[in-house]
This record gives sequence, structure tokens and C-alpha cells, in this order.
Amino acid sequence: MEQLVNLTIDNKQVQVAKGTTILKAAASIGIKIPTLCYYELKGQGIENKPGCCRVCMVEVEGKGNLAPACATNVSEGMVVKTHSLKVVNARRTVVELMLSDHPASCLTCAKSGKCELQTLAQELGIRDITFKGEQSTYRKDLSPAIIRDVNKCIMCRRCETVCNKLQTVGALSAVNRGFMAVVATAFEQDLAKSPCVMCGQCVQACPVGALAEVDHTRQVINALNDPKKTVVVQTAPAVRVAIGEEFGLTPGTRVTGKMAAALRRIGFDYVFDTDFAADLTIMEEGTEMLGRIDKFLKGDKSVKLPIMTSCCPGWVNFFETYYPDMLDIPSTAKSPMQMFGAVAKSYWVEKLGIKREDMVVVSIMPCVAKKFECQRDEFKTDGNPDVDYSLTTRELAELIKQFNIDFNSLPDEDFDNPLGASTGAGVIFGATGGVIEAATRTAYELFTGKTLEKVDFNELRGMDGVREATVDFNGTPIHIGIAHGLGNARKLLDKVKEGKEFFHAIEVMACPGGCVGGAGQPYHHGDFSKVERRFSAIYEEDKEKPLRKSHENPYIQQLYKEFLGEPCGEKSHHLLHTHYFDKSDKVEFVKE
Amino acid sequence: MSEYKMHILVCGGPGCSASKSEQIAANLRSHLQQEGLEKEVNVVLTGCFGFCEAGPIIKIMPDNVFYVKVQPEDAKEIVQEHIIKGRMVERLLYTEPSNGKKTPLDTDTDFYKKQVRIALRNCGIIDPENIEEYIALDGYKALATCLTEYTPEKVIEIVSASGLSGRGGAGFPTGRKWAATAKSKAEQKYIVCNADEGDPGAFMDRSILEGDPHSVLEAMAIAGYAVGADKGLIYIRAEYPLAIHRLQIALDQARDRGLLGKDIFSTGFNFDIELRYGAGAFVCGEATALIHSMEGLRGEPTMKPPRTSDKGYLGMPTNVNNVETYANVPAIILKGADWFSSIGTENSKGTKVFALAGQIKNVGLIEVPMGITLREIIYEIGGGMNGGKKFKAIQTGGPSGGCLTEKHLDIPIDYKSLSDAGSMMGSGGMVIMDESSCMVSIAKFYLDFTVEESCGKCTPCRIGNKRLYELLDKITQGKGTMEDLDNLRNLSHVIKDTSLCGLGQSSPNPVLSTLDNFWDEYVEHVKEHKCRAGVCKALMKYEINPEVCVGCTACARNCPVNAIKGEKKQAHQINQEACIKCGTCMEKCKFGAISIK
Repeated sequence: MEQLVNLTIDNKQVQVAKGTTILKAAASIGIKIPTLCYYELKGQGIENKPGCCRVCMVEVEGKGNLAPACATNVSEGMVVKTHSLKVVNARRTVVELMLSDHPASCLTCAKSGKCELQTLAQELGIRDITFKGEQSTYRKDLSPAIIRDVNKCIMCRRCETVCNKLQTVGALSAVNRGFMAVVATAFEQDLAKSPCVMCGQCVQACPVGALAEVDHTRQVINALNDPKKTVVVQTAPAVRVAIGEEFGLTPGTRVTGKMAAALRRIGFDYVFDTDFAADLTIMEEGTEMLGRIDKFLKGDKSVKLPIMTSCCPGWVNFFETYYPDMLDIPSTAKSPMQMFGAVAKSYWVEKLGIKREDMVVVSIMPCVAKKFECQRDEFKTDGNPDVDYSLTTRELAELIKQFNIDFNSLPDEDFDNPLGASTGAGVIFGATGGVIEAATRTAYELFTGKTLEKVDFNELRGMDGVREATVDFNGTPIHIGIAHGLGNARKLLDKVKEGKEFFHAIEVMACPGGCVGGAGQPYHHGDFSKVERRFSAIYEEDKEKPLRKSHENPYIQQLYKEFLGEPCGEKSHHLLHTHYFDKSDKVEFVKE
Repeated sequence: MSEYKMHILVCGGPGCSASKSEQIAANLRSHLQQEGLEKEVNVVLTGCFGFCEAGPIIKIMPDNVFYVKVQPEDAKEIVQEHIIKGRMVERLLYTEPSNGKKTPLDTDTDFYKKQVRIALRNCGIIDPENIEEYIALDGYKALATCLTEYTPEKVIEIVSASGLSGRGGAGFPTGRKWAATAKSKAEQKYIVCNADEGDPGAFMDRSILEGDPHSVLEAMAIAGYAVGADKGLIYIRAEYPLAIHRLQIALDQARDRGLLGKDIFSTGFNFDIELRYGAGAFVCGEATALIHSMEGLRGEPTMKPPRTSDKGYLGMPTNVNNVETYANVPAIILKGADWFSSIGTENSKGTKVFALAGQIKNVGLIEVPMGITLREIIYEIGGGMNGGKKFKAIQTGGPSGGCLTEKHLDIPIDYKSLSDAGSMMGSGGMVIMDESSCMVSIAKFYLDFTVEESCGKCTPCRIGNKRLYELLDKITQGKGTMEDLDNLRNLSHVIKDTSLCGLGQSSPNPVLSTLDNFWDEYVEHVKEHKCRAGVCKALMKYEINPEVCVGCTACARNCPVNAIKGEKKQAHQINQEACIKCGTCMEKCKFGAISIK
């Protein structure tokens, strides 16, 4: 039986399980102790509690010093004061100290209004900084997707924890000592040259503006302003279940129609859907997967399994960096965003009778790494990218606010056709396990030639970091592995590499929860239940779709008939497939 | 060893080495060889004698005569006179300043008289590179006794009963620490020796490791037996190459003789030791930071609990003690807990090694019984203030300690009394200051050190100490306000209350203790823009007395910034705006016309 501990917090009796921290014990009776460095992804095994910001300090009777509530466990008979005079003075002084070494550039800071330090300073009523002095300065590091403005770093180590423990990427850690201590890359090299995979979980975790996505809203406004340009927008599935949070709606509120309406009001010429391209991805990747499995089952030794999904750009960067010997395993299918760009700038420009250069493709993504992906050279034709700009969910929300659009009272509108139509299979791309479920729905029918009656593969769903399931393809068991969070992906991949386990197919998403927990989504500030609610909303959206298998999408069928020919055919191969590069030198450099 | 008739012990400690003691040893050897005496007389380069002020020191045994301030060219005379003719070299004998007498026997000197050497018992006596000499002085007998006669519980009982406590600074009872590690259940446990001595000017641990490395190795093996560990690690800063060299020799010799390794004394007990090098970060003296550094992680502390005795190196129970603590252990085992606890005070037993420095006559390394007063240390062992100046303050405990004054000189020193007085025992730094020290500048000096050495993990230490430094700097510039003094105190208390580890929790001590004990001096800096010690340059003003100045132009000619103007044979004047306060003018003036205001 669980051992219970009795203690008193702010004169209130509380009984909690042994091993509970003062912070959680206080929260259980509604006492909020302010925190800053503390960051938990509940259910994902990630907890950053270095006890270093010293904001959650409380007074524990009988102890000389104050104790950090986040990192101090309760004990029997403990008497805690969370807001005594001593505590309030210390807490305020500590935050003042932090502010004294923090640029007061809130007016133009990417995190302004969402900054936890800013909120804390307001809550503590800090109007002036008693201890002014030298501020530490570092160079700004601009990568294709992430800006590191290290002057703003408060050494909370949240980024370090997600980069090393959640993602096992190891690009960020504390460097220097004393006043100059800061979180940075090894040898303070550019992030772009480090083993960083641009997943952006550090941006999601950073409580201040030290890590932020590169802002592309200005370029998008310029494109919209240019009368010569036809501006096409596509929106990823996970955006519609999260963007409402930026307008005060509960996490998980589905605002697909309002989002389409808002994009139209902003002035995009065509409001399309990445979900359409997700269906297209299933046609390509599913066909590739079936082909490989089929050959394998027939005893072809040259075929390598598992086939791994390749829609997540953080994941692609990860295996290119850390598993260069496995580059022939992932599917060669481009991500839905890139497939969309390729189709828009070939099929759709042809339809419109305009030049490729006169079309601008903008994507709205729950993702930071997509900014990197759309800038990859292999996704350009004569220097012109298939996707010109990728905005995060947060950037779109900012645009909507800039255009003074009353989001919540917008009518629900539909996407434009033909590139806006999608099935439920396209929608579930936004959650962990969704891509492989969508692929399974189509692959089952193609493989067995039978109609799939039960579309919901509950065995593939869930929030566990690593999941395994066997799907029965009419007598043929297909073993599937799923991981979200790159640390979990590494676990799964190492098993495969060491030959400990066999899978026919593996889905990996870099962010915890999949795209719903993407780094470009509204900041959840360590409240992972928000991600879980978005996750549920994705499946609700799927359920309401009249069509739920990608190959049933009539516009996809039309696209093949009119333009592409057949899945994995020559034209598809040219437009919709890619190849991968060995980037292990980034790791080797650090090792040296 | 027995074949030699005489031994010349030459101090090979850090101070004497810097004053060519190795050359002295070489010269002695060559003169002995010339006289054909190399088989009769042995020259030994030992560890530190402690009496650095009088160095380089040599000691001739069995005559028991010690010579001070010996130069390499004195070797011939020593061999000719003392060794061959049996006559003492009078001019090299130490003259006791208090009575003017030549004192050939070191234990007769004021410097050594009040010292009790336990941790330093072999330093300056044995050849640290020769295990035979250590064994000859009962070396490894304590380990043998433990392994063959005592149970591990009994060993812990003895160490607990002795009252030995951590000499690294915090003073945690050693026996309790051992017992905690012994109690933790694990497949693997570790014994760690913290040799990351970091206080500015401190060299206690270094001297022990350089002068008597086996005492630490033996104690670690005893600790290993007591807690159930078979692996030891010495975390030593790479800036101590001689200590590392001697430890390596000692480890090899101990392994050769089966005193480390498998089945020690045929008891089935296994124990071996590895060296780990630190990069010299002060904070790595903190146990959790030290362990992270050994693990290859960033050297920064983590929250306790878990204590290292539960979860230490590689997550395993680890007993971490400091060098000096270990050095006491073999003596305690051999002479008993009662003997050890009879030395010292009610709550602090045994002795403490201090690195005595500053404005006193006898600087050096001393080991004194707990309970001795600061006055005895300064005026008897230390020989009193240098140059007849007046005592002003004594700083103990290094950057974590505080500055005490005249009124504290008669308190018997131990862990509690020093901390009650607003300072701390620390690892053994002791700096004595006279009136020429500005206490604001002293606080600033220590804060400068802390700012450099903070690991930067927690906010109050990373930024707070920097702000303390800046406030102190502002005051020394004459720009401070009375409000700054309040802020200084408030911030100091917040840093102490909220910092993560001992470094930050004690770093404001130099500020608080000087605010408490030298408040007037702070106020003078602020209100009168005056530094009574004449240290704060910004507050100094050189002035020429026109009554005395003869217009010789010497000052003007020598001023590096042309700040002095005046006609020949007319009184000169200093342009205060341009003056950089270098003091050259005052030095060059033959008429005493220039003074500091």
C-alpha cells in the first residue's frame, strides 16, 4: 500500500503519498507556488526539476535555508509556508536578479505575452529592478528554423532536458561558468552545424524568448501584397485542433471551418488542406510499403524491412544524423507538406495556366522543423521551392490577430477544391500512430482485396512512448512499431538495429503526442493534458468524416487519372519521392 | 634505510621548491659524493615542513638540527662543517624573534611549539616517494589492524567515537557519513577522496598528498573496508602535478606490496584506487558537483537528498571525504578514539591544518589542536604582525568564510565558535590583515573569486554574486549610497537563503561579516569618500604641500601621465583629473612634500 505523509502547508493540513514534492502537495489543495525552471511532460517520463531558478522557494519550519518546492519531497509533520515574508522577499529578489540580466526587449520579443518570466514579474509586482548591473551578451544564432537569442537565456535548463532526455539529440547543454553560464551548442557553434534536428521542442519548452521559431509572417504578407503572385495555403491536420487555444478556446476545440474562413479573410487565393496531401502520401507510401512487404513475404532477400514513415522532418533529420547506415529503410515518400507543394507547383499551376514562379505556397504547420524542410535543396526546382514559407500554428494566430479577424465569430467555411478535400485518414496524420493507421486502412484493402469493415485500429492508438501492435491482414500478421519523441524512436530503432525485434513497418513522430504536441503549436507551458485533448479531437474529426480511407478520396483518384498516372509510377517517383543524406559528420564533429 | 648514518631532509613543499630546494638537495648529494659520503648520508626530498616563511628548510637527522633560508651554495658548508666536522652552521640556524636566540631544534620554536601534528605527522619527515619510510613509521599498520582485528562496524564505531569531522569545510561527522554509506545496500560502493582544494592560498591537502600520500591511500582502504567498498577514486585537480606524480608512485608501490589490490593481508579484502583529474573548478569541491565531474558531466551540484551516501558516483553509494580527514584516520585507528577525542574542544575534536598567510611574520602551514585561540595562532605561532603594524582582521574559511576582528581573537576556535562569530572553519585558509587592508576591497576580492567560480546553475549565485560584486565595486569607486549598503545586506541574505549549494549559501559571508565588523569603514567609503587603508584608488588624492615643495621637478619629470605642472624652483601642482594615482611622484620626492589625502 502506498505510504501516506501528513503535512501542513499554509496552515492547511494535507495528506499525500510519500515521495510527493511540496509543489505537488500544495497544488493538490489549490495552493499555487510559482515556478519557472520546472517543466513536466506528464505521462512522457520527462521532468525538468534541476531546482535552479529558485523561484518556487518555500519556508520549511526548522530549516535554515529556503527549500525549492519543486525538488523537495514532503516528510511527516512538515510545516511549509509558501508565501511568508521571507519567501516573498526572496522570490521577488530572485526574479529581479533574473530580470537584471535579461534584455527588456519585450516589445519585439517572440514570446511576449506568452513569456513565463514576464508573467512572473507581473505577478510579483516588480516595477523596478533594484540590482542593476552588467548584462551578459552572446551572439544571436539564426538557423533556418530556430533562433537562439541567448541573451535572454535564464538557465532554466528546460531546453537541455527536452533536447537530451526527451529527444536524445544532445545539441544543447550548459556551457561556461558563473555569470557567463548559458545553454548553448557544443563549442557554441551554429545550431545549424550542430546535431540539432530542428524538432523545436526546445522552443516549446523555453519559458522566455531565448529560443523561438524564425518568423516568416513578414514574407507571407509581402507575397499576399504582390498582385503578380497567386498565394496558395495548406494547413496541417494538427493545426485545426490547437489554434483555438490562441483565441481562448479550450484545448481540443475543433475549428477547421473557422480556420479556413480566417485564411480566406487574410487574403490567400486558395485555401487548401495538407490533409489532401496526407491522403496522397498514403497512396504513395502505402503502395511502397505493400510492395516491400509483398516482396519480403515472397522471400526476396534484397528487400529491407521495416519500412519507416518519413513525413516528420525532425525525424528525417534525426535518422540522417544518427542512423546514417539505415538511410535505405525509410519510405522515400515525401512528407504531405512537400507532396502538396510539388503537386501545387506542377498540377495546379498547369490548371491555372500560370508559371511556377508566380505561385507562392504557404504551409501552416504545428511544426518548427517544417521551416527547415521546405528550405532543403532537393525540394526546389531551379532554386524555386515547392513550399515557399512554412508558418507555425502560433504564427498563423498572430496573423489572424493582425488582420483584426474576430476568429471565434467566424462562420465555418470549407476548403477549396480540388486540393482541399480529404478523408479521415488524412486527418489522423496529426496524432501519433495516425499515419500508420491511415496506411493500414488502405494497405489492408489493397493487400487483401477485401473491404475493411472496422476502420478504427485502436491497437495503434495511445500515448505510450513506444507501442507495438500486430494487425491481421486476413491471415498475414503485420507487425507494427510506433514511437513518438525521438528518445523513444531511438529505443525502437536500436532494437531493430540490434536485431532484437522485427517490424514490417514503423511510424515515428519527433514530437511527443505526434504533431498535436508539435513545437509550432500554442505553448502548453508544461501542461501536457492540452496535447492529450488535441489528440482526442483529431480522432473525433476523423470519425465525422464521410470518407475515412485515403484511396477513397475522389480528388486523389482524379489527380492520378488526370496527372500522376499510378502510385509509385514514374511521375510520382519524380514529384513525390525523395532521398536522404548522411549527416553524421555533425555528431562526429562534436565527438572530436 | 638502516645503512645510512645520517639523513638530510630537504623540504620539497611548494614554497621551498620554488626557492630551489631541489637544487639544494642536488648540491648536497654532489658534495657528499665528492667526500665519498654518499653511502653514509642520505639526502631526502620530503613533503612540506610547514614553516614556509623560513624556507628553504633542511633538517639533519639524527642530530635534529634544522637550518633555515638555505641557499644551494650553502650545501658545501653544510657538508664540510656539519656532516664532516660535526659543527653546526650557526649562520643558518633559526633565530627566534621573541628572544633573539639561535634555535637548532625545530620543536623549540614558537612556530612549532604549539602545533600538534596528526594529519601532517609524516610531512617533512619521510621520503614521500618511498613506501618503506611510511611503513617504518607504522604505515599500513592501521589497515592491517582493521582487517585482521576489527569488524567493519567496529572501525566505524572507532571513527565515530573519535569525533573526527569533515575537514573540507562543512564539518560533517565522519563516522556518521561512513555509517550512512555502510547502511546503503548496493552491488558496488565507492570511496572518494576529495582532493579538489580550491580556496585561494590554501595548500593543506596538496601538502599532505605531496608529503605523505600513503596516509590517504591507507585511510581510503580502511574506509572501503568499513563501508563495504572495493573501489576508491581520488579526485584531484590537474594543477597539482607533483601531488599526482607522488600519488601515482605511492599507488604503484602499494600495489607492488599487496597493500592495495586483491586479497589484502590475505583477508580476502579487495581495494584499489584510481586517480581522476579535475580542471580546477572551485565548485567541484562540493560533493555532488565532484561526482558529476568524475562521471564526465558538467561539474555542477545537484539537490540533496539524495546524499552521496545513498546515490553517489554512477548512482551508487559513495563515501566522500577530504584529504585531511582521511590523513587523520590511520592515527585514530592506531592510537584510539579516546586519544583523538582528548584533543580539541567539546564539539570539535582533534586538530586542524591551516594555511597561514597575510601580514604576519611566520607564514606557512600549521596544524593546531581545536580550541586554540586566534591570538595564539597570530602572535605565537605566527610571530605577530609584520613590520610592527596593527592587527586589523583575520579571514578564515576562504571565500565562504568571514572576517573577524580583535574582539574575536580569544575565542577558542572550533566549527561552532567560528560560525557563531560569522565566519567558518572552512578547509583551512587563514589570512591575517593589518591596517593596510581595506575591508570593502577584501570583500570585493572574495566576491570576485566567487563570481568566477560559481558554476552558474542557480540564479542567486549566478547573478546575485555578480550584483554583490558590482555593489562593492561601486562603493570602492566612491559612488556608493547608504541605500546600496542596505541592498548589499538584503541581497546577501537572499543569496544565502536561496542558493542551491554550499558555495552560494556561504559566498556572501565575506560581505556580511565585513558589514557587521567594519560598518564604519563602509560608511566612510560612502559618506566621506574615504578609504582609510588607502587601497581604493578612486578615493585617493595625491597632494603636494606648497610649503615643502622646492620645485626640483623630479615629480613632474617622472609622472607617467604628465599630470604634474609647475615652474622650476616653484611649488608644483597635481592635476587631479589626469592623475592615475600610481604613487611615482611620492616615491620620487626627496622632500616629503607629497602625501595622500
